[in-house]
Amino acid sequence: MSFFKYRKIPLAWLLLTRQPLRLFVAIAGISFAGILMFMQLGFRDGLFDASVTVHRLLDADLVLISPRSKSSISMSGFPKRRLIQAMAQEDVLSVAPVNMNYLLWRNPENLKTRSILALGFNPEDSLLLDEDFSSKAEKLKNPGRVLFDILSRPEFGPIEEWFLQGKTIETEVAGKRIKVVGLVELGPSFGADGNLITSRETFLQLMPTNPRGSIEIGLIKLNDTADPLFVSSILNKSLPNDVRVITKNEFIEFEKNYWRDSTAIGFIFSLGALMGFVVGCVVVYQILYSDVSDHLPEYATLMAMGYRLKSLFFVVAREGFILALFGYLPAYVSGQALYSLIRNSTKLPIEMDANKSILIFILILFMCMGSAGIAMRKLVDADPAEIF
Amino acid sequence: MPTKKKIPIISTVRINNLSHFYGVADTRKKVLDGVNFNITNGELVLLKGPSGCGKTTLLTLIGALRTCQSGSLNVLDEELNGASRKTRQKLRRKIGMIFQGHNLLRCLTAEQNVQMGADLLGNLTYLQRREVARKWLSDVGLEEHHKKMPSDLSGGQKQRVAIARALSANPKLLLADEPTSALDSVTGREIVLLLKNLAKEQNCSVLMVTHDPRISDLADRILNMEDGKIFSTHGKLEY
Repeated sequence: MSFFKYRKIPLAWLLLTRQPLRLFVAIAGISFAGILMFMQLGFRDGLFDASVTVHRLLDADLVLISPRSKSSISMSGFPKRRLIQAMAQEDVLSVAPVNMNYLLWRNPENLKTRSILALGFNPEDSLLLDEDFSSKAEKLKNPGRVLFDILSRPEFGPIEEWFLQGKTIETEVAGKRIKVVGLVELGPSFGADGNLITSRETFLQLMPTNPRGSIEIGLIKLNDTADPLFVSSILNKSLPNDVRVITKNEFIEFEKNYWRDSTAIGFIFSLGALMGFVVGCVVVYQILYSDVSDHLPEYATLMAMGYRLKSLFFVVAREGFILALFGYLPAYVSGQALYSLIRNSTKLPIEMDANKSILIFILILFMCMGSAGIAMRKLVDADPAEIF
Repeated sequence: MPTKKKIPIISTVRINNLSHFYGVADTRKKVLDGVNFNITNGELVLLKGPSGCGKTTLLTLIGALRTCQSGSLNVLDEELNGASRKTRQKLRRKIGMIFQGHNLLRCLTAEQNVQMGADLLGNLTYLQRREVARKWLSDVGLEEHHKKMPSDLSGGQKQRVAIARALSANPKLLLADEPTSALDSVTGREIVLLLKNLAKEQNCSVLMVTHDPRISDLADRILNMEDGKIFSTHGKLEY
């Protein structure tokens, strides 16, 4: 209550709103920088999240991969028997071999081909964390049957629409005839525009060059009481070095790390966000500097009246804070709208999460307060003796 | 018959052999040369002289806006020769200033401009400071214009707001730099008369730089300045 009782005239607000057009331009500039950062960080996080959509859905505690595997777009095979060897560990409950590779899908509507990520597994095994999935997996026991990912890009054809209309969907994958017997929801990634799931038997028919005893991923389920990290360390010691045992979270990080470190994509988007930050800094600095310059005689008058330089610094700092607040809000709303647009058109999982919202608010606040700090140097030029 | 309480005479400004220079080495120029005078409380002193004679420099030194270089300058019992920046800033809170160009804050209403002066008074709530501002606006005859922006006021009205702002912080000394230069003769005289009356009520000393001969009769004393020296003093009080 005492704050309101002893409040002062909102000088910072009044100085800013005296020229509405300039305020509008400042807010538009900050919002633009904010939108740029939201987009770049959104794409970056979307890329990382999309690259692990399938990884997250896998029903496993531990994952076996080849040490030569770099990411889901360059998986190397390893002997399937390593999974059987892993069963010797008492904490291992079940194992599931999975084949993973890119195959050519023919769009049944326009007959154009496009690369699709195919997962092959034994229908008796549990592949995904989806409760309804086991009933769909039953349909894959017959050869030449696949489940199609409805979140795949539209270039693969109107599969969902036709399937829901009850049409029989037959097309070619890797030059061989297949039939779509169900739909799943996985989601595209930067590496794969679409996904399909089939049985290992069908997978090996579609890819006859793949050795029958070789798999790309081995899924291991553990007892509820087992510690995945501890079991993975034991398995890594006991199994030959042609296989690597990692936890599911490590598998997710393994994929993210590839996109973050081994490609320029993560760097490019981070650099894009940095550019947005720099653009914002320049805009805010220009606005605040010209604001301080315009009002220099007024600031000098206040100093002549006995106001401390420090209290005038606070006025400029408050201007920076107000600009940050009013610049952030439109950036946030526009960011939400653009994320929704991108999600609908690209199916990439770009989400406005709390981390991103807070990070960008802090960046905008830092941008505005930093620029205000630099603009304050001009205040030192305010010589009250010169106003007479 | 009740006796009128006599206000003791106190020197608000005591200047002794004050000199001031601009520039360095070959370009060094003496703008004030051994100035001596005092101003007592409640006194209205006019400072006259040709342009460049050092009037404004003297005003800014008394207003604690510049560092005192040579001689003694005592304002409101504070010696300014050797005073720190903080001391000068604190002293400025006790001095009201009225500028030739009004220097009102363009983004504030008349009332808010005056309140900026009242904001320097400690321990007053926002509403109390607003009341102070309204009272001073009323005293200068602008109570109906308190919500107007400076751009909506005439030159005379702006100068009245500037006077109200200067007086709202209860100063003991008022410095004015040609406050009537932009006003017609009637308004100019009105403004100085108003200033004189309000300052007297507050027992506040006024030092006014002016070229305007039409207000000379309102002064208690006139100091004439030339080439950085006070060369003549006229008025009721002689020192």
